[in-house]
Amino acid sequence: MEGFPILTVLIFVPLVGTAVISALPARFEKATVARNTAVGFSLVTLVLAAIVLIDFDTAIGSLQFVDRATWIAPSGIQWLVGVNGISIFMVALTAFLFPLCFIFLKQPEQNRRPYFALILMLQSGCLGAFLAQDLFLFFVFFEVVLVPMYFLIGRFGHARAKFASAKFFIFTMAGSALMLVGILAVALLTANKTGAPLTFDVESLAIADALSVAEARWVFLAFAIGFGVKVPLFPIHIWLPDAHTEAPTAGSIILAGVLLKLGTYGFLRFGIFLFPEAADFFAPVLMGLAVVGILYGAVVATMQKDLKRLVAYSSIAHLGFVVLGLFALNSQGISGAVLQMLNHGLSTGALFLLVGYLYERRHTRQISELEGIQKVAPIFAALFTVVMLSSIGLPGLNGFVGEFLILLGAFDAHRWFAVVATSGVILAAVYLLWAYKRVFHGPVEGENAKTPDLKWKERIGVGLFIVPIVLIGVYPRLLLNRIEPAVDNTIAHIQNVIGTEIDLTGEHESPHSEEGGEHR
Amino acid sequence: MTTLNWGSISSMLVLFGTAILVVTVASLIKSSKKDLLVQVMTALGGLGGLAAVIIYWHRVSSDGAKLSFADTVRIDHLALFIIGVISSIVFLSALTLKSFFAREKLFRAVTTEIYVLILLSATGGAIMASANDLIVLFMGLEVLSLAAYILAASNIRKAQSQESGMKYFVIGAFASGFFLYGIALIYGATGSTKLAQISQKLVSGAFVDDGFLLGGIALFLVGLLFKVSAVPFHVWTPDVYEGAPSPFVAFMSSAVKVAGFVALIRVLGGALIESAADWQPIIYAVSIASMAVGTLAALVQTNVKRILAYSSIAHAGYILIGIQAATKDGFAASLWYLAIYAMLAFASFSIVAAREGAISGNSINDPNHIDNYRGLASKQPFLAVIFAILLLAQAGVPPTSGFYAKFSVISAVVDARSYPLAIVAMIIAVAAAFIYIRLLIVMFFTPADSSLLGGATMSKTAFSKTTSKTMSPITQLDASENSDATFDKWKKLGANKLNLAVLTLAAAFTIAMGVYPAPLLELAQSAAQSLV
Repeated sequence: MEGFPILTVLIFVPLVGTAVISALPARFEKATVARNTAVGFSLVTLVLAAIVLIDFDTAIGSLQFVDRATWIAPSGIQWLVGVNGISIFMVALTAFLFPLCFIFLKQPEQNRRPYFALILMLQSGCLGAFLAQDLFLFFVFFEVVLVPMYFLIGRFGHARAKFASAKFFIFTMAGSALMLVGILAVALLTANKTGAPLTFDVESLAIADALSVAEARWVFLAFAIGFGVKVPLFPIHIWLPDAHTEAPTAGSIILAGVLLKLGTYGFLRFGIFLFPEAADFFAPVLMGLAVVGILYGAVVATMQKDLKRLVAYSSIAHLGFVVLGLFALNSQGISGAVLQMLNHGLSTGALFLLVGYLYERRHTRQISELEGIQKVAPIFAALFTVVMLSSIGLPGLNGFVGEFLILLGAFDAHRWFAVVATSGVILAAVYLLWAYKRVFHGPVEGENAKTPDLKWKERIGVGLFIVPIVLIGVYPRLLLNRIEPAVDNTIAHIQNVIGTEIDLTGEHESPHSEEGGEHR
Repeated sequence: MTTLNWGSISSMLVLFGTAILVVTVASLIKSSKKDLLVQVMTALGGLGGLAAVIIYWHRVSSDGAKLSFADTVRIDHLALFIIGVISSIVFLSALTLKSFFAREKLFRAVTTEIYVLILLSATGGAIMASANDLIVLFMGLEVLSLAAYILAASNIRKAQSQESGMKYFVIGAFASGFFLYGIALIYGATGSTKLAQISQKLVSGAFVDDGFLLGGIALFLVGLLFKVSAVPFHVWTPDVYEGAPSPFVAFMSSAVKVAGFVALIRVLGGALIESAADWQPIIYAVSIASMAVGTLAALVQTNVKRILAYSSIAHAGYILIGIQAATKDGFAASLWYLAIYAMLAFASFSIVAAREGAISGNSINDPNHIDNYRGLASKQPFLAVIFAILLLAQAGVPPTSGFYAKFSVISAVVDARSYPLAIVAMIIAVAAAFIYIRLLIVMFFTPADSSLLGGATMSKTAFSKTTSKTMSPITQLDASENSDATFDKWKKLGANKLNLAVLTLAAAFTIAMGVYPAPLLELAQSAAQSLV
């Protein structure tokens, strides 16, 4: 495998799929050709991701499988992809969720070719964003993702899809607009001060650490808005409920499972890694917003009449936990956050899948119109229970491990935030169990009585989610072994920089800028 | 050193010579093949201009800039870059025009003249691009503009087209007056109209009067900002673009605009770079105003041509950002943006032209109403996808050329530490995204319905306005009975396919420049390097 640019190939395989499906003649529209092509390409991606996961050296915390090439020479922009113990699980999650969406969901009645082409394009964008180690490249993928998602929601979504897709697009773009200025500022300021040629390479920017404390804080703020919209943090979360609810099931699974992780992953890889001091400075604010998000998401989820909307709001609460863990800025917190990103992708993905199946059967998502489903669809109810418990964070399932580590880390860093956030765990049980009671228990009448149970294919689909859910819950070491070296690497960098920053503020600040002046 | 270096202006001569040749040939030939012949000749003229540019680019790379005609013409990389863009637009325009003539039944009426005017206008643009003297610049501007005025008025069957031409002419003449006055004052201050000498005078501080100079710069800017339709000198743009025939709007919004901007870059970045502190605040304000007004106004329009017109005003604001930075990187970014935007604007208005053609049977309504784009994705998926790519590029979404264009101008101002401008520009870009999102929603997410058959969804005002304005009596009579036949003829000519090919090329260019911008960027950078 030496020298084979496996990550680059990984990013482009789905894109080739997009091209192939777009080129399919119209007569294949009615057949399953488009779908099979999409399944094929996404399975190749899955195999490649599995190879990366197996070949991955667990002892190394830094980047592996690095591919580097000059892309836009005049601006110092590189094609630079690499994977570490954090991003590898994001890549694995992406590679895992997409084929499931192709195989286990009904394909749309019409416009099948655009549907599959768009989803594959989305996969390319997500993989690229998780693997990019050049800020410009990351930003390109971060933005590219918007386009297919926008069309996916708008064309294949439910009743208010037009509105939801526009809201999604505008919100995310607004966030990243400022981030672009931030990216330019960090790259150009670093180049000015160090005299080195302009580069957007994350590692070298982080090592150079040339920005003054004030500059770094401003730029971090610009990044935080960009990632905060994507996560989404309270109060810039308001695009999410609409987008999740109106998206087709595949769109919801991908949006919750993968796209939201771009925000939290970005926070960790670019926000915290590039500006540790600023991250430390803003940590109380961000943890505060995270805690508000946890409570707010949970309370609002309790009030929802629409089952899908309920799951959407639960995402806000879950992602709040992730942000809480990240800004604890310690090993437990960040490891827990990374694990929780994966957990949320699995359990919320599975919840959306089940809600999608329910909608296919009953053509409604209103909780008040559903009752006693358990009696006619026991398997459905059983699988729903397992997934729901995973989302609540029951010990023995995946959600518990992540939340526990996050709370541990947060307690260590800022104890009161952790104390308040813990009540979010209870609230999660409230809204999910109450919804479960209303939908699955009680007498079964009318339309509800005719609800068919899950077919074998659908059971397998949900089952594929449940396998890792249980596995992570029982034996989290399997993942933590790979996550921890990368996290330790990040923590070491943070401590290194924060340590020197404190020195710098006094004496070294002025020689630093003088040095920059000479090179101008 | 008064050599007449004819070789250096070969690209200009090709464009001009083709114009003369087209007139001559067209007056000698009476056969029905005349239209085709003229079209092919114009296209070849555009290609020839481009070829001359490419050949001469390397000569300039090795020997440096060529001055000729008593130093009033300067062929350097900047001039060649812009002439290359203009020639390409001429080539593409020539390919797309035929379908328009067929549709509007303008064959044998004015076709030859239109090809000639496009070539002449392009020649004027080329003169502006290579002008090293303010008087030559003015001559170029007039040649460019006069041809464009006639183009705007050239649909002799539509009153609206003539109205548009008249407006363009009157306001353009005003602008030229300001421009000329500005030249006079700058001459008064520095004692020269030669760009190099003005620059020297400013460097040495040996000019007569500061007031003269500032007044001159101000009037000069008024004149040029009219041409590039920047706020507050933009009011003519939507009206003229709406009324003028769409294929010529495609030409005006690309080639004519490029020429206006190159004059700005040449004078501000070359001759007046020393007094940058004087003009930078003006450009700063104008750029923010253009982005904001263009975007906000575009959001509330219902006519696609007007939407694109206002969006072009907003884009002018973005191009000015790079100029405002007053650095080589800034000018390079603006030049790159210019080349990219020329293609985007040209292709977008060409799509409008193609759409008009497809629904010309529905002549009583405003053919460019946004409702006519409903469900375009299901009716003409290919066209819709191309338009989507162009719109996403204008919104600045990667991996399209528009993203990298925005990235480079913002990069230039961030490098110049104008953070507020960068932030304002990005915030406006988000609002601007909604302009394009709105069109995408209409094309992709809204089913086509009966609105094409009647004016049911149109507001009453729009209805009465179009009935009274759009049609001259002649058209109202024959449009109803002949429009279907025209459309059939249009399709039969195969012009549709040619148009689609041009549009596909534009979309491919847009993606390619977004994915691999380096080569064109290097060209733009060496163009910016050649500023005095």
